[in-house]
Amino acid sequence: MHIVVCIKQVPDSAQIRVHPVTNTIMRQGVPAIVNPYDLFSLEEALRLKDRFGGRVTVLCMGPPMAEAALRKCLAYGADEAVLVTDRAFAGSDTLATSYALASAIRQIQKDMAVDLVFAGKQTIDGDTAQVGPGIAKRLDMGLLTYVSKIEALDLEAREITVHRRAEGGVQVLKTKTPCLITMLEGVNEMRFATMPNMFRAARYPLKQWDKDAAGIEDVAKIGLKGSPTIVSKVFAPQPKAKRADMIETESGEPRDIAITLLTKLFTQHPKLEKEIDKQAA
Amino acid sequence: MSASNEQPAKKGRRKFELDPALAAYKGVWVFIEHERGQVHSVSWELLGEGRKLANQLGVELAGVVMGAPGPETRRFCEEAYKYGADLCYLVEDPVLANYRNEPFTKGLTDLVNKFQPEILLLGATTLGRDLAGSVATTLKTGLTADCTELAIDPENRSLAATRPTFGGSLLCTIVTLNYRPQMATVRPRVMAMPERDDNRSGRIVEAPLGMIETDIITKVLEYIPDNLSDKPQLPFADIIVAGGRGMKNPDNFALLWDLAKVLGAEVGATRPVVQAGWVEAERQVGQSGKTVRPKLYIAAGISGAIQHRVGMEGSDVIIAINNDPNAPIFDFATYGIVGNAMTILPALTEAFRQHIATARKAG
Repeated sequence: MHIVVCIKQVPDSAQIRVHPVTNTIMRQGVPAIVNPYDLFSLEEALRLKDRFGGRVTVLCMGPPMAEAALRKCLAYGADEAVLVTDRAFAGSDTLATSYALASAIRQIQKDMAVDLVFAGKQTIDGDTAQVGPGIAKRLDMGLLTYVSKIEALDLEAREITVHRRAEGGVQVLKTKTPCLITMLEGVNEMRFATMPNMFRAARYPLKQWDKDAAGIEDVAKIGLKGSPTIVSKVFAPQPKAKRADMIETESGEPRDIAITLLTKLFTQHPKLEKEIDKQAA
Repeated sequence: MSASNEQPAKKGRRKFELDPALAAYKGVWVFIEHERGQVHSVSWELLGEGRKLANQLGVELAGVVMGAPGPETRRFCEEAYKYGADLCYLVEDPVLANYRNEPFTKGLTDLVNKFQPEILLLGATTLGRDLAGSVATTLKTGLTADCTELAIDPENRSLAATRPTFGGSLLCTIVTLNYRPQMATVRPRVMAMPERDDNRSGRIVEAPLGMIETDIITKVLEYIPDNLSDKPQLPFADIIVAGGRGMKNPDNFALLWDLAKVLGAEVGATRPVVQAGWVEAERQVGQSGKTVRPKLYIAAGISGAIQHRVGMEGSDVIIAINNDPNAPIFDFATYGIVGNAMTILPALTEAFRQHIATARKAG
């Protein structure tokens, strides 16, 4: 069995700071990590490999520094890693990204047929959840998003049954492989990297593919040119016209503050007072 | 969109002539999402927003209803008129009884190609995101996810879609210039629910799906509805008491639960708190969590980063408690208290408790 897991290297958004004066992102010193949502997909792929054997290939598009994210995945237990990196990809939006990744997966297929493709539910920097469905469409594969459980996989019949999170419940879906799966967060826990895997990851001759190696046929479909969406403005939100009404008391005692706040709140929002009395009843 | 492209484009690119073939695309569409006989409220919220865009463009607003043949599906069209649609495109077919990516992608893609809308909006739900990503890729057009604001650029009639970026540290406005339709998703509760007008009516435009069950590879074996009572329902809560990293440790969250109990409220949290495992992910409020619009939102130890702000600034009244007088949350809260949440929360709980007890005696 051959599984391809698409990952992205992202800045750890918890540590991103915006410059208070210029409103620009301060990237310096922000560590780059494997997109946390991708790890749920990688772990699920590794579990399938544990059960059925085979190969897990991790695939990433990004700048050369994204190599570190792929090596991390190798340390967790992935077998092969491909970094698709070329200046021509710069500025790709989700449509262009799905074109590039789908094209790279076709190249990977040439070495060994692919049974399943995994992608993260979304990334923590773009948050779009669009690249997974885009890749599936381009490869003409079935799409299973927000999967909470892989119920059954029959390699001979080429069938897979999963639990998929819907808005008001869970769909149990059965489809044919190959298909593309995005895992829901929190459904498994990433294993620890083992010593042998860590050594192997450090020494592994990572494949770096430029646009030609990745099989890009039409350069008009990648990068800025291949991206229908254009960012016209980046900005910090306007503070509201009115700053908060600051509650202060002479004593500064919590009890006095609470009472002052409630008096103001209920005088200015009488409906809310009724609501609270009703709710609490 | 990927983060790598999130730099403003050169000014010169904004002056442009729309390809004449694309100028034929007219009208604003909203995909009406339904499951188990009920329309998701995000679809009505989008009709409210779509109405404004359609009025500004001087075009019609349409709902897109896809489902199994029958009175229920037609009732969804009637409902859509009441929330602002002028007409509904209706695709009825037994294979559309349950959501599946393949038939819904085909149905919606065919409708777009045939009737050519300039704007197509979907809810950013598990269904809407699954469908939007597939449809946009098939149509090779631009899709902007999780928008918090939609507007029409008066200069070129294009859709200006604003969304948080860089993990919610800044906002960016995204346009899709020479591609149609311009697609966007919006999360539930981000837009206000429009007024329902029972006097409104509209017309139906029907289209066939042209697919049979044997064409579809994916089968729905079963549907397990959620047991609603054991899941927090933040998006529809009237009162929310939320905590951030300023609560210092998970034990202090008990103070929030105490206050929530007195108020009959839900407990919410920021992303760092959820990532640290202090509370379950279902309680996360913000760009990567739930969007909420309660009547009262009490934020304790929350600085007010954009990531959190976009998820709760639709609240009617916001009370913020933070020990940093410069915390951004005071820029958009209704009431602010500079102080230690660990001492102020118990005082608030007590004050509310007494108020309610007095009201009950009087009532």
